[in-house]
Amino acid sequence: MPSDHFAAMRQSIIDGAADSAAALAKEALEQGIAPLEAIDKGYVLGMTEVGAQYAQHQMFLPDMLASAEAMKAAMAILEPELKRRGGARPAAGTVVLGTTKGDIHEIGKTLVGTLLTAHGYKVHDLGVDVPSEQFAAKARELGADVVGVSALLTTTMRGQKSVVEVLDREQLRPKVKIIVGGAPVTRQWAEEIHADGYAHDAISAVGLVQSLIQR
Amino acid sequence: MRPRLQILSPELLARIIDEAYELIATVGAKVASPEAREILASASAHVEDGIARFPKALVQRALETVPKDFWLYNRAGEAVVHYGGDDVYFDPGSCCLKILDSETQQPRLAVSEDLVRMIKVTEMLPEYAAQATAMVCNDVPGEMGDWYRLLLILLYSDKPIVTGAFSAQTLAIMLELLAADSGGVDALRRKPRAVFDVCPSPPLNWSPFASYNLVELGRAGVPAEIVSMPLAGATAPVTLAGSIVQHTAECLSGITIHQLAKPGAPIVWGGAPAIFDMRTGNTPMGAIETAMLDAGAAEVGKWFGLPTHGYLVATDGRQIDAQAGMESAASAIVGALAGINMISGAGMLDILACHSIEKLVIDAEAVASAQRLIAGVEARTDVLALSMFAQTGLHGEFLKLKETRALFRKEQHFPSSITDRGGDPSAPDILTRARQRVNDLLQNYQPPQISPEVVQSLRAIAARHAKSVGLDRLPSVVTEDVALKVG
Repeated sequence: MPSDHFAAMRQSIIDGAADSAAALAKEALEQGIAPLEAIDKGYVLGMTEVGAQYAQHQMFLPDMLASAEAMKAAMAILEPELKRRGGARPAAGTVVLGTTKGDIHEIGKTLVGTLLTAHGYKVHDLGVDVPSEQFAAKARELGADVVGVSALLTTTMRGQKSVVEVLDREQLRPKVKIIVGGAPVTRQWAEEIHADGYAHDAISAVGLVQSLIQR
Repeated sequence: MRPRLQILSPELLARIIDEAYELIATVGAKVASPEAREILASASAHVEDGIARFPKALVQRALETVPKDFWLYNRAGEAVVHYGGDDVYFDPGSCCLKILDSETQQPRLAVSEDLVRMIKVTEMLPEYAAQATAMVCNDVPGEMGDWYRLLLILLYSDKPIVTGAFSAQTLAIMLELLAADSGGVDALRRKPRAVFDVCPSPPLNWSPFASYNLVELGRAGVPAEIVSMPLAGATAPVTLAGSIVQHTAECLSGITIHQLAKPGAPIVWGGAPAIFDMRTGNTPMGAIETAMLDAGAAEVGKWFGLPTHGYLVATDGRQIDAQAGMESAASAIVGALAGINMISGAGMLDILACHSIEKLVIDAEAVASAQRLIAGVEARTDVLALSMFAQTGLHGEFLKLKETRALFRKEQHFPSSITDRGGDPSAPDILTRARQRVNDLLQNYQPPQISPEVVQSLRAIAARHAKSVGLDRLPSVVTEDVALKVG
């Protein structure tokens, strides 16, 4: 496999070009490239570069979403082949996401989910208006590493505290970490309700999840 | 001539309205309240799977019954805020959990005393025509968060009120409090003192409570204010024009539900639109494009001849600094030039997450300047300058002329001690000046002319509902006669 093929994979992610990302993945399989090699030497490096460019204010959220979509398109081709070979991309971790009870805003949480998926995490999105008990039940079922709770309203952010309490009560912590986010949410609030972490935007949520799982 | 900001060409305005009609006729809007759906279905809207599609003729019928203007009244029953035409008023922003502490200038959770201080300062500032239920008080249970804010305003203010409920149950309590304040349900309907914000979720989603709210407020005859919040690029089209189409469609669909529930009930074409920041995912309220969305949306509302509302005079920064001044003053001026009837947002920082009483008094100066601007340049003398030159020639002694003395008060706005014009060489910095002004206003605060009977009945309603959420003793700001100076 010529190294410029891997470079093209990387570039397809940076460009947010889902069609070429998928086409390159097909081509790689036809040429007998191991799916994991394509992922690690090509696509993942693209995602890393996207993160770097975002940090340097050269890429913005719509660019990053397009990159995540391109990643998804490539993985849709590569993952069945991986499975067929009896392997799987080792998941970086499992994350359960949702917006608190009474809150129907999903944009921030969905963004976090998309970026985590692109970075190799298994994400289960519970959606919006999620009762605290449901976060706990799903975390138990999946053996999740992290539960992410979003709230946009000052009136519904109290629901984040309730999720912390339910996970405590069900003795899922400290194995399961709880992270919180949303427009009115602050680090101070996260500390006050004894959450394990807070991120002020979607990309730093990825870094936060990485650091919590490694810890 | 009244200076005016026109931000949409006639052609663009027409296209926005056409697309908005088509949007709610074809894509439709989610309407969650079963009652609202039923009202729509029995009036020729197509309702299926929770989505209502609004035929243009139905919307136009609603536009025929909706009032073109209405008044809000103060406690004395005087009509003081005119929602309609090009009249412009300002009120503080709402509704956050935090306040920037006066001493430390650090954000902390707000409590009853903070809201009372803010109400008193707002009461004393003529720049604010209305009070706003500005903060949630964290020293009382969350379930009473919305009606408790209203209670404090009713106890400490005579001004009209911009407010909103958080749930169906508490909306009823708020209407009960207002009726007690006005002297009955009919008196409240005849001379409403408050307007209630009703917020559709973008895009085009009337949640269970929002759609219930429209119907209930319509029936109660208490003015409703649609707060449409397209976030350009995230929950609405990225273009400003596209987002204004969505704003228009949300307002038209809301007005239709509201007018079907009660034809002729007052409602405001309002909103808190914003762009979506493509780096942070935040919704900057101080961005110039956000102000452009407010101005454009109001222009559409005015085309329909309706009362308008917008959300400006807030900053995205977290401190009282140059950014706060820049964003708040610039957007106050845009809103005033756009002729928006009620402009909410003053006092707020940190993308509406935090309030500051010091910022509120600073913003009052921006508001006063904006009001001066729209008063315009007038010919106050028969001859503009020649007759004054005839008196003083080239000596330039205009200070002595009788015209000067007769007219300078009309021509110039006199800023408060907030604005440093070099009079006092040792004037302290803006934050110190703001703190001093807040203290002055608090010291001179005049409590409202409220009868002991009204206070008693407000307290009784409050005590009953507080008890039902586990609060046996209301905070002293409610119960102490000394604080209220009752009678």
